[in-house]
Amino acid sequence: MRIELQRRAERSRLMLVASPLIAIALTLVSAAIIFALYGKAPVDALYVYFIKPLTSQRTALELIVKATPLILMAIGLSLCYLSNNWNIGAEGQYIFGAMCAGGTALLFQGTTSPFIVALIILAGMLGGALWALIPALLKVKANTNEILTSLMLVYVADKLMDYVIRGPWRDPKGLNFPLTADFDNIIPVIVPHSRIHLGSAFAALVVVITAVLLWRSLKGFEIRVLGQAPRAGLFAGFSPARMTIFVFMVSGALAGLAGAGEAAGTLGQISLPFANGLGFTAIIVAFLGRLNPIGILFAGLLLALSYLGGEAAQISLKVPIGITKVIQGMLLFYVLACDTLILYRLRLVRAEPKAA
Amino acid sequence: MYLTQEILLTIIASSTPFLIAAIGELVTERSGVLNLGVEGMMIMGAVIGFASGLITDNAFLGVVGAMLAGMALASLFAFMTLVLAANQVASGLALTILGLGLSELIGTGFVGQKRDAIARLNVSGLSDLPFVGPVLFGQNALVYASVALVGAVWWFLYRTRSGLVLRAVGDDHASAHALGYPVRRIRFAAILFGGACAGLAGAYLSLADTPFWVTGMTAGRGWIALALVVFASWLPGRLLLGAYFFGAIWIGQLHMQAFAADLPRWLVWPGQFWTALPYVATVIVLVIISAGKKRGGAAPASLGLPFLPDR
Amino acid sequence: MSSAAVQSDVVPLMEARSIVKIFGTLRANDGVDLKIMPHEIHALLGENGAGKSTLVKMLYGLLQPNEGELYWQGQPLRLNGPAAARAVGIGMVFQHFSLFENLNVAENVALAMPANVPLRTITEKIAAVSAAYGLPLDPSRPVHTLSVGERQRIEIVRCLMQDPKLIILDEPTSVLTPQEADQLFVTLERIAAEGRSVLYISHRLAEVKRICHTATVLRHGKLVASCDPRKETAASLARMMVGADIKSVRHSADEVRPGPVRFELDHLSLPPADLHAVALKDVSLRVHGGEVVAIAGVAGNGQSELFAALSGEVTVSDSAVVRIDAKAAGMLGVTERRKLGAAFVPEERLGHASAPRLALSQNTLLTGHATAGLVSWGLVNLGKAYEQAMTISKAFDVRKGKPDPEAGSLSGGNLQKFVVGREMLREPGVLIVSQPTWGVDAGASATIRQALVDLSRRGAAVLVISQDLDEIFEIADRIGVIHDGRLSEPEPAKAMTLEKIGLLMGGAGHAH
Repeated sequence: MRIELQRRAERSRLMLVASPLIAIALTLVSAAIIFALYGKAPVDALYVYFIKPLTSQRTALELIVKATPLILMAIGLSLCYLSNNWNIGAEGQYIFGAMCAGGTALLFQGTTSPFIVALIILAGMLGGALWALIPALLKVKANTNEILTSLMLVYVADKLMDYVIRGPWRDPKGLNFPLTADFDNIIPVIVPHSRIHLGSAFAALVVVITAVLLWRSLKGFEIRVLGQAPRAGLFAGFSPARMTIFVFMVSGALAGLAGAGEAAGTLGQISLPFANGLGFTAIIVAFLGRLNPIGILFAGLLLALSYLGGEAAQISLKVPIGITKVIQGMLLFYVLACDTLILYRLRLVRAEPKAA
Repeated sequence: MYLTQEILLTIIASSTPFLIAAIGELVTERSGVLNLGVEGMMIMGAVIGFASGLITDNAFLGVVGAMLAGMALASLFAFMTLVLAANQVASGLALTILGLGLSELIGTGFVGQKRDAIARLNVSGLSDLPFVGPVLFGQNALVYASVALVGAVWWFLYRTRSGLVLRAVGDDHASAHALGYPVRRIRFAAILFGGACAGLAGAYLSLADTPFWVTGMTAGRGWIALALVVFASWLPGRLLLGAYFFGAIWIGQLHMQAFAADLPRWLVWPGQFWTALPYVATVIVLVIISAGKKRGGAAPASLGLPFLPDR
Repeated sequence: MSSAAVQSDVVPLMEARSIVKIFGTLRANDGVDLKIMPHEIHALLGENGAGKSTLVKMLYGLLQPNEGELYWQGQPLRLNGPAAARAVGIGMVFQHFSLFENLNVAENVALAMPANVPLRTITEKIAAVSAAYGLPLDPSRPVHTLSVGERQRIEIVRCLMQDPKLIILDEPTSVLTPQEADQLFVTLERIAAEGRSVLYISHRLAEVKRICHTATVLRHGKLVASCDPRKETAASLARMMVGADIKSVRHSADEVRPGPVRFELDHLSLPPADLHAVALKDVSLRVHGGEVVAIAGVAGNGQSELFAALSGEVTVSDSAVVRIDAKAAGMLGVTERRKLGAAFVPEERLGHASAPRLALSQNTLLTGHATAGLVSWGLVNLGKAYEQAMTISKAFDVRKGKPDPEAGSLSGGNLQKFVVGREMLREPGVLIVSQPTWGVDAGASATIRQALVDLSRRGAAVLVISQDLDEIFEIADRIGVIHDGRLSEPEPAKAMTLEKIGLLMGGAGHAH
């Protein structure tokens, strides 16, 4: 007996929607098993993790705050992955964008003005785009694998921020902790009694624009063709090199915007540790959302929920915070596994009888 | 004299995990599979190796545990990519993310604990030779194992029939399948080997190099091992050189910081610069290697391509 | 019908009785009988899609019949894989080789042999076999440096080294020059004389008549006839294969009154893009409106490199080297060349001419996004793209399961009709096509070829790159030959003989 894959003539429409749902279900079952192994009642644990945060208004709104950077980054990453550009460095672009935004904020300490806030946001986007441009250029000009270069730059960005926050930008009144002073200019909150700021509005806008871009525009067609059938893309007159630069810069700008949002919006300062793997979680969001902006919207909210749930579970159930990362990692695995069902049917096959 | 010897010893210690992880990935890639999960397998090897070494109070069992952990994760990856034909890049990433998360979870109980490092060799007479003694004859078992491993892989790939078949599968899996070779079984074995090596490299870190566990202690070495394979153009001999070159850069940052007082002013940089150096160096080396290559050069031709035999 | 009376006392080497093979709803083989005698060169005839490959895969153990039996030297035969077939004494040389580019000849042969034979022994045996059968090979050369004909020799040597009693060859001459084919026939006759049998799959009637003793004809999966090809005419064999008289393409070379030069190459030279590519050397060409110019050549002599340079996928630094309707186009990309009125159909229909996982309507966008009025303000008019896909399907009789399926779900012939139709419907002034009917059944091939000729007669310049000499002689007004990246001056089809083309394909006669 063995598992056989039978290729479908066309991609299954049903599975395009069902596969992420099956993956989520499998993850919940696995999470329940892990909770049981830690001696917690599985159903209670799942409740605390996934349902409880939705029950109070404060935490439900916090969901949007947590989801915003994930959605912004994941949309950018989805454009990259759809065009076969493997940007793994969203975390680094996020960090560098946050640094540029924070640096700009510190530059203008003392005066407050909406123009400065706009400048901070732009600086973040520009910083992220520039940081992403490096692996893009290296891929296009020097044929260098973008997975490794974009990833190495994550470590570099991390060290750079470490230096800057512990060194020149450290708040002299901060009792030697690695953090900056509170910024005088911060991105305004748009929903009262919550931490939801302008960045979330941007995120919603980006989702809509991306949906139109991918499915109704020529650019979106270009992205999809170059990713699926690069030779056909060349035949159509599209340029893979220009696409690489384009998607990396857009992705970097979105990650930088997310970083600016966190630093100059949600937190109002930069303190270490800053990123905590958010850029990698965004990769999971992108895949869970099937590289589709609407899917990413929901996937972002779901993963934000897992963060909130993890914090709650740590407090009320004494479950180690590391469980969140494990659940997220398992989710990605299940998503990839279930994606197989879109292109193939699974068959259990008896081994063929041997010849006489 | 004594200082150079010390530095050399640290270079050897630093290079060994790179070498072991990279040689495993080299075999995997030679069979045509790109496994980006080296970092995840390595760190799981480190935590499981430490945990089992601590619990059984036996370094050898610790190493075995680490290798098994690496192989377990590798078989998960193999199932995804060989049986389910999932995308290799995404699956490798998933493996790393899972490995990093799982190791953090498992490791929380072991932070702060300590055990004795794996003993170094002590050959009477030889180990006491000035300079050469400790460097060549005073290493721990895993260092010797790493060099032997490279030699064994070279001999396997170029002097045995199975090695020829492996190289053929990596060159053209369709042709290998047409000739009747079990492509998936061969790749599965290669992936498991890569996992065992990555786990072993992790064990080196937590059992020999620094005999305790720290969250995230691999610090990106697994990724650099991947770059090493490219740098070596998939050749074992060049891999040996590359691993030692990178090991030197990696440990160089410690020395530069330690000896800051003795360095000329223009070499005194903030600590973070030196810690970032290995990553920057990796990028630079990758660019140099890749820019010089014409398409269709050294990489195994079917690397990363999914294998989908029709019936 | 069969000459059964003669063979009644000699046991057939290989016999297949009432073989049925079903794939889903398709009966690829439907009650086929086959009898191969010792010392025989036996032809298996049929057009593309007749079921020849399916039958042969069962003879080699790659597939199992749903019904029917196989007999080997009179005994029942069940094969569970190619290894079993080889063990019994059946060898096969496929149309697509199973070679490893980066390994050398000896290693490639060794990989096809059982594991316990040392490499040195194999190297010696290669030398012996290649000398004995007239198949020169250097064991130490890496395969990627060899020509297609030389690669085929490796496959044949691999086969012979296992001492087979039956050798199956699948369309062996499709990749050879006529002279190389002659050399192959000498080898085959030597093989048959030794007592081995040969099963020769082909759709090339002239060859079959020349060297085969018996022929089995398949059509649509059924056995149609079993005969002695030497006693038949090409026309009668063709009628058996297709079931009716083949419509020959309606045109007369006398009708051609060529118009102005619409497409021109002026000393085009291009270095190879990578390790396995062929350099283009000083290629010059003029195609007039109203004519069809064909470029013949064996695979691997620069056809794909030439196509890329013509289409604009690869540009050159000197703009004047390529001219479309007298406008300098060398530095222009594909889209710009399309805007000048040119259209292109590459060799690979899946993955190059079309994106397999996109719908047909989306595939019309692929080549039409700048010229077919489908895009405005960066946004795509999905409705119009759909309409165009329907128009193309109707005009070229593209059979598909649903109105707008993914390109990859179409059969080869239907996808090819769509891909050609897509370009034709724009009434291009210049059409450049590579391998227009490769792997396409006779009906679709006739449609496509007629469409090409008709387009040229409406005033367009049509350039066809093809490896099928029959096709070339059917539709071309002038013929040139490409060899190792050089193009011979195209001459009128009437002045070209098979021998002349063969020499040019093999490299003789090109200025060096």
